[in-house]
Amino acid sequence: MTHTTRQGLPARPGARFGALPRIAALPVATVLVLGLVVASLFVGVYDIGGQEFGAEMFWITRIPRTSALVLAGCAMSVSGLIMQLITQNRFVEPTTTGTTEWATLGLLLTVIVAPQATLSTRMAVASCFAFVGTLVFLTILRRVALRSSLIVPLIGIMLGAVVSAFTTYLAVSTQLLQMLGTWFTGSFTSVVRGRYEFLWVVAIVVVIAYVVADRFTVAGLGKDVATNVGVNYNHVMLVGTTLVAIASGITTVVVGFLPFLGLVVPNLVSMVRGDNLRSNLPWVCLGGIAIVTLCDIVGRVIRMPFEIPVSMILGILGAAVFITLLLRQRRHG
Amino acid sequence: MITLSDVTKTYGDTTVLGPLTLSVPGGGITALVGPNGAGKSTMLTIIGRLTEPTTGTVTIGGHDITRTPSRELARTASILRQENHFVTRLTVRELVGFGRFPHSRGRLTREDNRHVDQAIEFLDLGELEHRYLDQLSGGQRQRAYVAMVLAQDTDYILLDEPLNNLDMRHAVAMMKQLRKAADELGKTIVIVIHDINFASAYADHIIALTRGRVAQAGPPSELMTRSTLEEVFETPVEVRRDGPHPLAVYYR
Repeated sequence: MTHTTRQGLPARPGARFGALPRIAALPVATVLVLGLVVASLFVGVYDIGGQEFGAEMFWITRIPRTSALVLAGCAMSVSGLIMQLITQNRFVEPTTTGTTEWATLGLLLTVIVAPQATLSTRMAVASCFAFVGTLVFLTILRRVALRSSLIVPLIGIMLGAVVSAFTTYLAVSTQLLQMLGTWFTGSFTSVVRGRYEFLWVVAIVVVIAYVVADRFTVAGLGKDVATNVGVNYNHVMLVGTTLVAIASGITTVVVGFLPFLGLVVPNLVSMVRGDNLRSNLPWVCLGGIAIVTLCDIVGRVIRMPFEIPVSMILGILGAAVFITLLLRQRRHG
Repeated sequence: MITLSDVTKTYGDTTVLGPLTLSVPGGGITALVGPNGAGKSTMLTIIGRLTEPTTGTVTIGGHDITRTPSRELARTASILRQENHFVTRLTVRELVGFGRFPHSRGRLTREDNRHVDQAIEFLDLGELEHRYLDQLSGGQRQRAYVAMVLAQDTDYILLDEPLNNLDMRHAVAMMKQLRKAADELGKTIVIVIHDINFASAYADHIIALTRGRVAQAGPPSELMTRSTLEEVFETPVEVRRDGPHPLAVYYR
Protein backbone atom coordinates (compact mmCIF):
# COMPACT_ATOMS: atom_id res chain seq x y z
CA MET A 1 0.00 0.00 0.00
CA THR A 2 1.21 3.44 -0.76
CA HIS A 3 0.73 6.38 1.51
CA THR A 4 1.06 9.34 -0.71
CA THR A 5 0.36 12.79 0.57
CA ARG A 6 -3.29 13.59 0.20
CA GLN A 7 -3.77 16.17 -2.43
CA GLY A 8 -5.96 19.11 -1.73
CA LEU A 9 -6.08 18.73 2.01
CA PRO A 10 -4.90 21.67 4.06
CA ALA A 11 -1.48 21.26 5.60
CA ARG A 12 -2.74 22.65 8.88
CA PRO A 13 -6.06 21.50 10.19
CA GLY A 14 -8.48 24.35 9.81
CA ALA A 15 -5.93 26.55 8.07
CA ARG A 16 -8.26 27.29 5.21
CA PHE A 17 -10.70 28.90 7.61
CA GLY A 18 -8.12 31.36 8.90
CA ALA A 19 -7.24 31.92 12.54
CA LEU A 20 -10.19 33.88 13.89
CA PRO A 21 -13.00 31.83 12.31
CA ARG A 22 -11.37 28.73 13.73
CA ILE A 23 -11.86 29.99 17.26
CA ALA A 24 -15.40 31.00 16.40
CA ALA A 25 -16.23 27.69 14.70
CA LEU A 26 -17.49 25.86 17.77
CA PRO A 27 -19.72 28.71 19.05
CA VAL A 28 -21.14 29.25 15.56
CA ALA A 29 -21.88 25.55 15.17
CA THR A 30 -23.47 25.50 18.62
CA VAL A 31 -25.76 28.38 17.71
CA LEU A 32 -26.76 26.66 14.45
CA VAL A 33 -27.56 23.42 16.22
CA LEU A 34 -29.50 25.32 18.89
CA GLY A 35 -31.52 26.87 16.09
CA LEU A 36 -32.36 23.39 14.80
CA VAL A 37 -33.33 22.26 18.27
CA VAL A 38 -35.62 25.25 18.76
CA ALA A 39 -37.15 24.63 15.33
CA SER A 40 -37.80 21.04 16.37
CA LEU A 41 -39.76 22.32 19.36
CA PHE A 42 -42.19 24.16 17.10
CA VAL A 43 -42.68 21.56 14.37
CA GLY A 44 -45.75 19.40 14.62
CA VAL A 45 -49.37 18.90 13.78
CA TYR A 46 -50.65 20.42 16.98
CA ASP A 47 -50.44 24.19 16.80
CA ILE A 48 -49.01 24.92 20.22
CA GLY A 49 -49.37 28.67 19.77
CA GLY A 50 -52.98 28.74 18.69
CA GLN A 51 -54.80 25.73 20.06
CA GLU A 52 -56.34 25.47 23.48
CA PHE A 53 -53.90 23.12 25.22
CA GLY A 54 -50.82 24.53 23.50
CA ALA A 55 -48.75 25.05 26.63
CA GLU A 56 -49.55 21.62 28.07
CA MET A 57 -48.82 19.91 24.78
CA PHE A 58 -45.55 21.77 24.60
CA TRP A 59 -44.43 20.41 27.97
CA ILE A 60 -45.88 16.93 27.55
CA THR A 61 -44.61 16.09 24.08
CA ARG A 62 -42.46 18.74 22.46
CA ILE A 63 -39.90 19.31 25.19
CA PRO A 64 -39.52 15.59 25.90
CA ARG A 65 -39.25 14.79 22.21
CA THR A 66 -36.63 17.40 21.53
CA SER A 67 -34.63 16.51 24.65
CA ALA A 68 -34.75 12.89 23.58
CA LEU A 69 -33.46 13.87 20.14
CA VAL A 70 -30.55 15.75 21.67
CA LEU A 71 -29.66 12.97 24.10
CA ALA A 72 -30.07 10.10 21.65
CA GLY A 73 -28.05 12.00 19.06
CA CYS A 74 -25.21 12.37 21.55
CA ALA A 75 -25.55 8.80 22.78
CA MET A 76 -25.27 7.11 19.42
CA SER A 77 -22.58 9.31 17.93
CA VAL A 78 -20.37 9.20 21.04
CA SER A 79 -20.89 5.42 21.27
CA GLY A 80 -19.81 5.10 17.67
CA LEU A 81 -16.71 7.18 18.28
CA ILE A 82 -15.66 5.18 21.34
CA MET A 83 -16.23 1.89 19.53
CA GLN A 84 -14.20 3.05 16.56
CA LEU A 85 -11.29 3.93 18.82
CA ILE A 86 -11.29 0.74 20.86
CA THR A 87 -11.64 -1.52 17.84
CA GLN A 88 -9.35 0.66 15.71
CA ASN A 89 -11.84 0.44 12.91
CA ARG A 90 -13.65 3.23 11.13
CA PHE A 91 -16.72 1.21 10.20
CA VAL A 92 -17.82 0.12 13.61
CA GLU A 93 -20.70 1.48 15.66
CA PRO A 94 -23.42 -0.05 17.87
CA THR A 95 -25.65 -1.06 14.96
CA THR A 96 -22.80 -2.71 13.02
CA THR A 97 -21.46 -4.70 15.98
CA GLY A 98 -24.62 -6.40 17.14
CA THR A 99 -24.76 -4.21 20.26
CA THR A 100 -28.25 -2.88 19.59
CA GLU A 101 -29.52 -6.32 18.54
CA TRP A 102 -28.42 -7.71 21.88
CA ALA A 103 -30.16 -4.83 23.66
CA THR A 104 -33.32 -5.72 21.73
CA LEU A 105 -33.06 -9.34 22.78
CA GLY A 106 -32.66 -8.26 26.40
CA LEU A 107 -35.70 -6.05 26.19
CA LEU A 108 -37.86 -8.72 24.57
CA LEU A 109 -36.85 -11.19 27.28
CA THR A 110 -37.95 -8.80 30.02
CA VAL A 111 -41.27 -8.36 28.26
CA ILE A 112 -41.73 -12.15 28.10
CA VAL A 113 -40.37 -13.11 31.50
CA ALA A 114 -41.55 -10.13 33.52
CA PRO A 115 -44.30 -8.27 31.70
CA GLN A 116 -44.82 -5.97 34.67
CA ALA A 117 -41.20 -4.81 34.76
CA THR A 118 -40.68 -1.08 35.00
CA LEU A 119 -39.00 0.90 32.29
CA SER A 120 -35.85 1.19 34.38
CA THR A 121 -35.60 -2.59 34.81
CA ARG A 122 -36.01 -3.03 31.09
CA MET A 123 -33.27 -0.52 30.41
CA ALA A 124 -30.94 -2.16 32.89
CA VAL A 125 -31.50 -5.56 31.31
CA ALA A 126 -31.13 -4.18 27.80
CA SER A 127 -27.87 -2.46 28.78
CA CYS A 128 -26.55 -5.67 30.34
CA PHE A 129 -27.32 -7.55 27.16
CA ALA A 130 -25.69 -4.82 25.10
CA PHE A 131 -22.62 -5.12 27.31
CA VAL A 132 -22.43 -8.89 26.94
CA GLY A 133 -23.04 -8.63 23.21
CA THR A 134 -20.27 -6.07 22.76
CA LEU A 135 -17.89 -8.26 24.75
CA VAL A 136 -18.80 -11.22 22.55
CA PHE A 137 -18.02 -9.11 19.51
CA LEU A 138 -14.69 -7.93 20.92
CA THR A 139 -13.74 -11.47 21.92
CA ILE A 140 -14.45 -12.78 18.43
CA LEU A 141 -12.52 -9.87 17.02
CA ARG A 142 -9.45 -10.82 19.03
CA ARG A 143 -9.48 -14.29 17.55
CA VAL A 144 -9.90 -13.18 13.98
CA ALA A 145 -6.58 -13.04 12.22
CA LEU A 146 -7.77 -11.03 9.25
CA ARG A 147 -8.67 -7.70 10.77
CA SER A 148 -8.99 -5.79 7.54
CA SER A 149 -11.23 -2.81 7.93
CA LEU A 150 -14.20 -4.37 6.18
CA ILE A 151 -14.09 -7.80 7.80
CA VAL A 152 -14.67 -6.27 11.23
CA PRO A 153 -18.07 -4.66 10.59
CA LEU A 154 -19.06 -7.69 8.52
CA ILE A 155 -18.49 -9.90 11.54
CA GLY A 156 -20.52 -7.49 13.63
CA ILE A 157 -23.38 -7.35 11.16
CA MET A 158 -23.46 -11.15 10.88
CA LEU A 159 -23.41 -11.49 14.64
CA GLY A 160 -26.23 -8.97 14.89
CA ALA A 161 -28.23 -10.85 12.25
CA VAL A 162 -27.93 -14.10 14.20
CA VAL A 163 -29.05 -12.44 17.43
CA SER A 164 -31.85 -10.62 15.72
CA ALA A 165 -33.04 -13.83 14.02
CA PHE A 166 -33.26 -15.44 17.43
CA THR A 167 -35.10 -12.40 18.79
CA THR A 168 -37.59 -12.55 15.91
CA TYR A 169 -38.13 -16.27 16.52
CA LEU A 170 -38.84 -15.54 20.17
CA ALA A 171 -41.18 -12.73 19.25
CA VAL A 172 -43.07 -14.84 16.72
CA SER A 173 -43.54 -17.71 19.15
CA THR A 174 -44.79 -15.36 21.87
CA GLN A 175 -47.02 -13.24 19.62
CA LEU A 176 -44.91 -10.16 20.25
CA LEU A 177 -43.68 -9.56 16.73
CA GLN A 178 -45.83 -6.50 16.23
CA MET A 179 -44.61 -4.94 19.43
CA LEU A 180 -41.06 -5.62 18.36
CA GLY A 181 -41.63 -3.91 15.05
CA THR A 182 -43.15 -0.76 16.47
CA TRP A 183 -40.80 -0.55 19.40
CA PHE A 184 -37.59 -0.77 17.48
CA THR A 185 -38.24 1.27 14.43
CA GLY A 186 -36.23 4.20 15.70
CA SER A 187 -38.75 6.93 16.12
CA PHE A 188 -39.41 9.75 18.49
CA THR A 189 -43.16 9.75 17.91
CA SER A 190 -44.01 8.06 21.17
CA VAL A 191 -41.62 10.05 23.32
CA VAL A 192 -43.66 11.88 25.92
CA ARG A 193 -43.13 13.04 29.47
CA GLY A 194 -42.42 10.11 31.77
CA ARG A 195 -41.04 7.91 29.00
CA TYR A 196 -37.71 9.42 28.13
CA GLU A 197 -36.14 10.73 31.35
CA PHE A 198 -33.70 7.83 31.60
CA LEU A 199 -31.99 9.19 28.55
CA TRP A 200 -30.40 11.76 30.82
CA VAL A 201 -28.04 9.00 31.95
CA VAL A 202 -26.51 9.47 28.52
CA ALA A 203 -25.37 12.93 29.58
CA ILE A 204 -23.39 11.32 32.39
CA VAL A 205 -21.88 8.85 29.92
CA VAL A 206 -20.74 11.73 27.71
CA VAL A 207 -19.15 13.50 30.67
CA ILE A 208 -17.26 10.33 31.66
CA ALA A 209 -16.17 9.88 28.06
CA TYR A 210 -14.81 13.41 28.11
CA VAL A 211 -12.88 12.83 31.32
CA VAL A 212 -11.18 9.64 30.08
CA ALA A 213 -11.03 10.79 26.46
CA ASP A 214 -7.24 10.75 26.19
CA ARG A 215 -7.10 7.17 27.33
CA PHE A 216 -9.48 6.20 24.53
CA THR A 217 -7.33 8.06 22.02
CA VAL A 218 -4.25 6.22 23.29
CA ALA A 219 -6.09 2.89 23.14
CA GLY A 220 -6.94 3.80 19.55
CA LEU A 221 -3.22 3.68 18.80
CA GLY A 222 -3.17 0.00 19.69
CA LYS A 223 -2.36 -2.19 22.64
CA ASP A 224 1.40 -1.84 22.32
CA VAL A 225 1.48 1.93 22.21
CA ALA A 226 -1.02 2.09 25.06
CA THR A 227 1.06 -0.27 27.20
CA ASN A 228 4.19 1.68 26.34
CA VAL A 229 2.76 4.87 27.80
CA GLY A 230 1.47 3.06 30.86
CA VAL A 231 -2.21 2.77 29.98
CA ASN A 232 -3.96 -0.43 30.97
CA TYR A 233 -5.42 -1.40 27.63
CA ASN A 234 -7.86 -4.02 28.88
CA HIS A 235 -9.14 -1.61 31.48
CA VAL A 236 -9.82 1.05 28.85
CA MET A 237 -11.57 -1.52 26.66
CA LEU A 238 -13.82 -2.48 29.55
CA VAL A 239 -14.68 1.12 30.42
CA GLY A 240 -15.37 1.86 26.76
CA THR A 241 -17.57 -1.19 26.36
CA THR A 242 -19.52 -0.29 29.50
CA LEU A 243 -20.14 3.28 28.36
CA VAL A 244 -21.25 2.13 24.92
CA ALA A 245 -23.51 -0.54 26.38
CA ILE A 246 -25.23 1.87 28.74
CA ALA A 247 -25.70 4.56 26.11
CA SER A 248 -26.91 2.26 23.36
CA GLY A 249 -28.98 0.07 25.71
CA ILE A 250 -30.95 3.02 27.00
CA THR A 251 -31.32 4.59 23.59
CA THR A 252 -32.59 1.33 22.12
CA VAL A 253 -35.24 0.98 24.82
CA VAL A 254 -36.44 4.58 24.65
CA VAL A 255 -36.12 5.34 20.97
CA GLY A 256 -35.25 2.19 19.02
CA PHE A 257 -32.64 1.68 16.33
CA LEU A 258 -30.84 4.75 15.08
CA PRO A 259 -28.78 3.20 12.30
CA PHE A 260 -25.51 4.68 11.01
CA LEU A 261 -25.53 7.72 13.26
CA GLY A 262 -22.50 6.48 15.17
CA LEU A 263 -20.79 5.83 11.87
CA VAL A 264 -21.54 9.01 10.00
CA VAL A 265 -20.85 11.63 12.64
CA PRO A 266 -17.44 10.53 13.96
CA ASN A 267 -16.17 9.92 10.44
CA LEU A 268 -17.24 13.32 9.21
CA VAL A 269 -15.65 14.99 12.23
CA SER A 270 -12.48 12.95 11.81
CA MET A 271 -12.13 13.98 8.18
CA VAL A 272 -12.11 17.63 9.13
CA ARG A 273 -10.48 17.60 12.55
CA GLY A 274 -8.51 14.38 12.95
CA ASP A 275 -9.04 12.01 15.85
CA ASN A 276 -8.09 13.67 19.08
CA LEU A 277 -11.09 12.53 21.10
CA ARG A 278 -11.14 15.17 23.80
CA SER A 279 -11.23 18.13 21.45
CA ASN A 280 -13.60 16.31 19.08
CA LEU A 281 -16.20 15.28 21.60
CA PRO A 282 -18.20 18.55 21.49
CA TRP A 283 -18.19 18.36 17.70
CA VAL A 284 -19.32 14.77 17.67
CA CYS A 285 -22.18 15.60 20.06
CA LEU A 286 -23.21 18.62 18.00
CA GLY A 287 -23.05 16.60 14.80
CA GLY A 288 -25.15 13.81 16.27
CA ILE A 289 -27.75 16.24 17.57
CA ALA A 290 -27.89 18.12 14.28
CA ILE A 291 -28.36 15.03 12.12
CA VAL A 292 -30.95 13.35 14.33
CA THR A 293 -32.91 16.55 14.78
CA LEU A 294 -32.81 17.34 11.09
CA CYS A 295 -33.90 13.82 10.12
CA ASP A 296 -36.68 13.95 12.70
CA ILE A 297 -37.94 17.30 11.42
CA VAL A 298 -37.86 16.02 7.84
CA GLY A 299 -39.72 12.91 8.93
CA ARG A 300 -42.39 14.99 10.59
CA VAL A 301 -42.85 17.48 7.79
CA ILE A 302 -42.60 15.38 4.66
CA ARG A 303 -46.01 13.67 4.98
CA MET A 304 -47.81 15.81 7.49
CA PRO A 305 -49.91 14.91 9.44
CA PHE A 306 -48.23 11.49 9.30
CA GLU A 307 -44.70 10.76 10.38
CA ILE A 308 -41.90 8.86 8.75
CA PRO A 309 -39.69 7.15 11.36
CA VAL A 310 -36.38 8.88 11.83
CA SER A 311 -34.56 5.58 11.43
CA MET A 312 -35.72 5.33 7.84
CA ILE A 313 -34.32 8.71 6.90
CA LEU A 314 -31.14 8.04 8.87
CA GLY A 315 -30.80 4.73 7.07
CA ILE A 316 -30.91 6.38 3.66
CA LEU A 317 -28.52 9.14 4.67
CA GLY A 318 -26.22 6.76 6.52
CA ALA A 319 -26.00 4.30 3.67
CA ALA A 320 -25.01 7.10 1.31
CA VAL A 321 -22.26 8.33 3.62
CA PHE A 322 -21.07 4.77 4.29
CA ILE A 323 -20.60 4.14 0.59
CA THR A 324 -18.86 7.48 0.13
CA LEU A 325 -16.45 6.57 2.92
CA LEU A 326 -15.71 3.23 1.32
CA LEU A 327 -14.97 4.82 -2.01
CA ARG A 328 -12.76 7.44 -0.39
CA GLN A 329 -10.82 4.78 1.45
CA ARG A 330 -10.24 2.84 -1.75
CA ARG A 331 -8.93 5.89 -3.47
CA HIS A 332 -6.55 6.76 -0.68
CA GLY A 333 -5.35 3.24 -0.03
CA MET B 1 21.13 -1.83 33.46
CA ILE B 2 18.76 -4.35 32.00
CA THR B 3 18.96 -7.92 33.24
CA LEU B 4 17.30 -11.07 31.97
CA SER B 5 17.46 -14.26 33.94
CA ASP B 6 16.28 -17.58 32.58
CA VAL B 7 13.94 -15.87 30.17
CA THR B 8 12.21 -18.16 27.69
CA LYS B 9 9.36 -17.72 25.28
CA THR B 10 7.59 -20.72 23.85
CA TYR B 11 4.63 -21.01 21.52
CA GLY B 12 3.20 -24.47 21.95
CA ASP B 13 6.14 -26.84 21.64
CA THR B 14 8.51 -24.46 19.90
CA THR B 15 10.87 -22.37 21.92
CA VAL B 16 11.52 -19.13 20.10
CA LEU B 17 13.70 -17.57 22.77
CA GLY B 18 15.99 -18.66 25.54
CA PRO B 19 16.69 -19.67 28.07
CA LEU B 20 18.49 -16.34 28.18
CA THR B 21 20.47 -14.96 31.07
CA LEU B 22 22.28 -11.78 30.25
CA SER B 23 22.64 -8.16 31.15
CA VAL B 24 22.68 -5.10 28.98
CA PRO B 25 24.93 -2.41 30.42
CA GLY B 26 23.43 0.95 31.32
CA GLY B 27 24.29 3.83 29.00
CA GLY B 28 25.27 3.73 25.37
CA ILE B 29 23.76 1.89 22.44
CA THR B 30 23.32 -1.86 22.40
CA ALA B 31 22.43 -3.45 19.09
CA LEU B 32 20.62 -6.76 18.79
CA VAL B 33 21.56 -8.49 15.56
CA GLY B 34 20.94 -11.87 14.05
CA PRO B 35 19.18 -13.65 11.21
CA ASN B 36 15.40 -13.58 10.75
CA GLY B 37 13.58 -15.51 13.43
CA ALA B 38 16.50 -15.42 15.86
CA GLY B 39 14.30 -13.90 18.55
CA LYS B 40 15.58 -10.30 18.50
CA SER B 41 12.18 -8.67 18.44
CA THR B 42 10.83 -11.16 20.94
CA MET B 43 13.63 -10.33 23.32
CA LEU B 44 13.10 -6.60 22.87
CA THR B 45 9.33 -6.75 23.36
CA ILE B 46 9.75 -8.93 26.44
CA ILE B 47 12.06 -6.32 27.97
CA GLY B 48 9.50 -3.67 27.02
CA ARG B 49 6.70 -5.77 28.65
CA LEU B 50 4.72 -5.98 25.40
CA THR B 51 5.28 -9.74 25.22
CA GLU B 52 4.94 -11.88 28.28
CA PRO B 53 7.85 -14.28 28.78
CA THR B 54 6.93 -17.91 29.39
CA THR B 55 9.46 -18.12 32.21
CA GLY B 56 12.10 -15.94 33.78
CA THR B 57 12.38 -12.43 35.14
CA VAL B 58 13.42 -9.15 33.61
CA THR B 59 14.54 -6.04 35.41
CA ILE B 60 15.07 -2.67 33.88
CA GLY B 61 16.82 0.05 35.85
CA GLY B 62 16.19 -2.02 38.96
CA HIS B 63 12.44 -2.44 38.34
CA ASP B 64 11.07 -5.93 37.97
CA ILE B 65 8.86 -5.46 34.94
CA THR B 66 6.08 -7.74 36.12
CA ARG B 67 5.81 -6.13 39.55
CA THR B 68 6.26 -2.47 38.72
CA PRO B 69 3.09 -0.50 37.96
CA SER B 70 2.77 0.08 34.24
CA ARG B 71 2.69 3.84 34.58
CA GLU B 72 5.89 3.93 36.61
CA LEU B 73 7.56 1.66 34.10
CA ALA B 74 6.40 4.00 31.34
CA ARG B 75 8.56 6.71 32.88
CA THR B 76 11.58 4.40 32.98
CA ALA B 77 11.49 2.68 29.63
CA SER B 78 9.82 3.29 26.30
CA ILE B 79 9.48 0.89 23.41
CA LEU B 80 8.63 1.23 19.76
CA ARG B 81 7.60 -1.79 17.77
CA GLN B 82 8.57 -2.44 14.21
CA GLU B 83 5.11 -2.46 12.71
CA ASN B 84 2.92 0.47 13.55
CA HIS B 85 -0.29 1.07 11.77
CA PHE B 86 -2.62 3.67 13.13
CA VAL B 87 -6.15 4.07 11.95
CA THR B 88 -6.43 7.10 14.15
CA ARG B 89 -5.92 10.42 12.41
CA LEU B 90 -3.56 12.45 14.54
CA THR B 91 -1.16 15.19 13.63
CA VAL B 92 2.54 14.59 14.20
CA ARG B 93 2.48 16.99 17.13
CA GLU B 94 -0.53 15.31 18.72
CA LEU B 95 1.11 11.92 18.38
CA VAL B 96 4.38 13.10 19.88
CA GLY B 97 2.34 14.73 22.66
CA PHE B 98 0.95 11.33 23.60
CA GLY B 99 4.52 10.32 24.41
CA ARG B 100 4.09 12.58 27.42
CA PHE B 101 1.11 10.58 28.63
CA PRO B 102 2.94 8.80 31.47
CA HIS B 103 3.93 12.19 32.88
CA SER B 104 0.83 14.29 32.46
CA ARG B 105 -2.03 11.93 31.62
CA GLY B 106 -2.90 13.78 28.45
CA ARG B 107 -3.09 17.38 29.65
CA LEU B 108 0.16 18.85 28.44
CA THR B 109 1.98 21.26 30.68
CA ARG B 110 4.57 23.77 29.57
CA GLU B 111 7.27 21.27 30.54
CA ASP B 112 5.57 18.63 28.39
CA ASN B 113 5.41 20.98 25.44
CA ARG B 114 9.09 21.68 25.81
CA HIS B 115 9.85 17.97 25.52
CA VAL B 116 7.52 17.70 22.52
CA ASP B 117 9.26 20.63 20.80
CA GLN B 118 12.62 19.09 21.51
CA ALA B 119 11.68 15.68 20.15
CA ILE B 120 10.18 17.23 17.02
CA GLU B 121 13.30 19.25 16.42
CA PHE B 122 15.53 16.29 17.21
CA LEU B 123 13.97 14.33 14.39
CA ASP B 124 13.73 17.20 11.96
CA LEU B 125 9.94 17.18 11.91
CA GLY B 126 9.38 20.92 12.39
CA GLU B 127 7.78 21.44 8.99
CA LEU B 128 5.56 18.42 9.35
CA GLU B 129 4.30 18.89 12.88
CA HIS B 130 0.77 19.90 11.87
CA ARG B 131 0.39 17.28 9.18
CA TYR B 132 -1.73 14.22 9.74
CA LEU B 133 0.11 10.91 9.94
CA ASP B 134 -1.76 9.55 6.95
CA GLN B 135 -0.41 12.42 4.87
CA LEU B 136 3.20 11.42 5.49
CA SER B 137 5.58 9.05 3.74
CA GLY B 138 6.69 5.87 5.47
CA GLY B 139 9.99 7.38 6.51
CA GLN B 140 8.43 10.57 7.84
CA ARG B 141 5.99 8.53 9.85
CA GLN B 142 8.79 6.38 11.23
CA ARG B 143 10.51 9.54 12.46
CA ALA B 144 7.28 10.72 14.06
CA TYR B 145 7.00 7.44 15.99
CA VAL B 146 10.57 7.71 17.21
CA ALA B 147 9.92 11.33 18.22
CA MET B 148 6.96 10.12 20.30
CA VAL B 149 9.19 7.67 22.13
CA LEU B 150 11.88 10.30 22.68
CA ALA B 151 9.33 12.76 24.07
CA GLN B 152 8.52 10.16 26.67
CA ASP B 153 11.95 11.04 28.07
CA THR B 154 12.79 7.71 29.65
CA ASP B 155 16.21 6.49 30.71
CA TYR B 156 15.79 3.38 28.61
CA ILE B 157 14.70 3.45 24.99
CA LEU B 158 13.96 0.22 23.12
CA LEU B 159 13.54 0.45 19.36
CA ASP B 160 12.70 -2.36 16.98
CA GLU B 161 14.21 -1.59 13.57
CA PRO B 162 14.18 2.21 13.89
CA LEU B 163 15.73 2.52 10.43
CA ASN B 164 12.73 0.91 8.79
CA ASN B 165 11.60 2.88 5.76
CA LEU B 166 14.34 5.47 6.12
CA ASP B 167 16.44 6.58 3.20
CA MET B 168 20.22 6.82 3.47
CA ARG B 169 20.27 10.38 4.72
CA HIS B 170 17.60 9.88 7.34
CA ALA B 171 19.01 6.56 8.46
CA VAL B 172 22.36 8.18 9.16
CA ALA B 173 20.65 11.15 10.81
CA MET B 174 18.60 8.84 13.00
CA MET B 175 21.66 6.91 14.18
CA LYS B 176 23.51 10.17 14.87
CA GLN B 177 20.58 11.40 16.92
CA LEU B 178 20.43 8.18 18.89
CA ARG B 179 24.17 8.42 19.46
CA LYS B 180 23.65 11.99 20.68
CA ALA B 181 20.83 10.92 22.98
CA ALA B 182 23.09 8.29 24.47
CA ASP B 183 26.13 10.53 24.82
CA GLU B 184 24.57 13.84 25.83
CA LEU B 185 21.45 12.75 27.68
CA GLY B 186 22.85 9.57 29.15
CA LYS B 187 20.12 7.34 27.71
CA THR B 188 20.43 3.59 27.46
CA ILE B 189 19.33 2.62 23.97
CA VAL B 190 18.66 -0.91 22.80
CA ILE B 191 17.92 -1.36 19.12
CA VAL B 192 17.12 -4.28 16.91
CA ILE B 193 18.94 -3.56 13.70
CA HIS B 194 19.21 -5.30 10.39
CA ASP B 195 22.18 -3.58 8.90
CA ILE B 196 25.20 -4.96 10.73
CA ASN B 197 27.32 -2.07 9.48
CA PHE B 198 25.17 0.50 11.25
CA ALA B 199 25.62 -1.54 14.40
CA SER B 200 29.35 -1.59 13.81
CA ALA B 201 29.53 2.15 13.24
CA TYR B 202 27.26 3.35 16.06
CA ALA B 203 26.77 0.73 18.75
CA ASP B 204 28.89 0.33 21.87
CA HIS B 205 27.82 -3.21 22.34
CA ILE B 206 26.45 -5.87 20.02
CA ILE B 207 24.47 -8.93 21.03
CA ALA B 208 24.16 -11.51 18.25
CA LEU B 209 21.30 -13.95 18.57
CA THR B 210 20.75 -17.19 16.69
CA ARG B 211 17.84 -19.54 17.27
CA GLY B 212 16.79 -17.77 20.43
CA ARG B 213 20.20 -17.93 22.11
CA VAL B 214 23.08 -15.51 22.43
CA ALA B 215 25.70 -16.53 19.89
CA GLN B 216 28.16 -13.76 20.65
CA ALA B 217 28.22 -10.54 22.62
CA GLY B 218 30.78 -7.80 22.83
CA PRO B 219 31.97 -4.49 21.37
CA PRO B 220 31.83 -4.16 17.56
CA SER B 221 35.58 -4.51 17.19
CA GLU B 222 35.39 -7.97 18.72
CA LEU B 223 32.27 -9.11 16.98
CA MET B 224 32.95 -7.89 13.50
CA THR B 225 35.03 -10.82 12.37
CA ARG B 226 34.55 -13.04 9.39
CA SER B 227 34.16 -16.21 11.41
CA THR B 228 31.62 -14.77 13.85
CA LEU B 229 29.47 -13.12 11.22
CA GLU B 230 29.48 -16.15 8.95
CA GLU B 231 28.49 -18.32 11.85
CA VAL B 232 25.69 -15.99 12.95
CA PHE B 233 24.25 -15.12 9.56
CA GLU B 234 25.11 -18.36 7.75
CA THR B 235 26.26 -16.52 4.68
CA PRO B 236 29.70 -15.65 3.29
CA VAL B 237 30.88 -12.33 4.68
CA GLU B 238 34.07 -10.42 4.17
CA VAL B 239 35.10 -7.93 6.87
CA ARG B 240 37.05 -4.86 5.77
CA ARG B 241 39.02 -2.90 8.30
CA ASP B 242 40.40 -0.11 6.13
CA GLY B 243 37.99 2.55 7.43
CA PRO B 244 37.14 3.98 10.81
CA HIS B 245 34.82 1.04 11.56
CA PRO B 246 34.96 -2.57 10.50
CA LEU B 247 32.53 -3.10 7.62
CA ALA B 248 30.91 -6.32 6.52
CA VAL B 249 30.70 -6.87 2.79
CA TYR B 250 28.24 -9.54 1.84
CA TYR B 251 26.38 -8.32 -1.22
CA ARG B 252 27.62 -10.86 -3.78
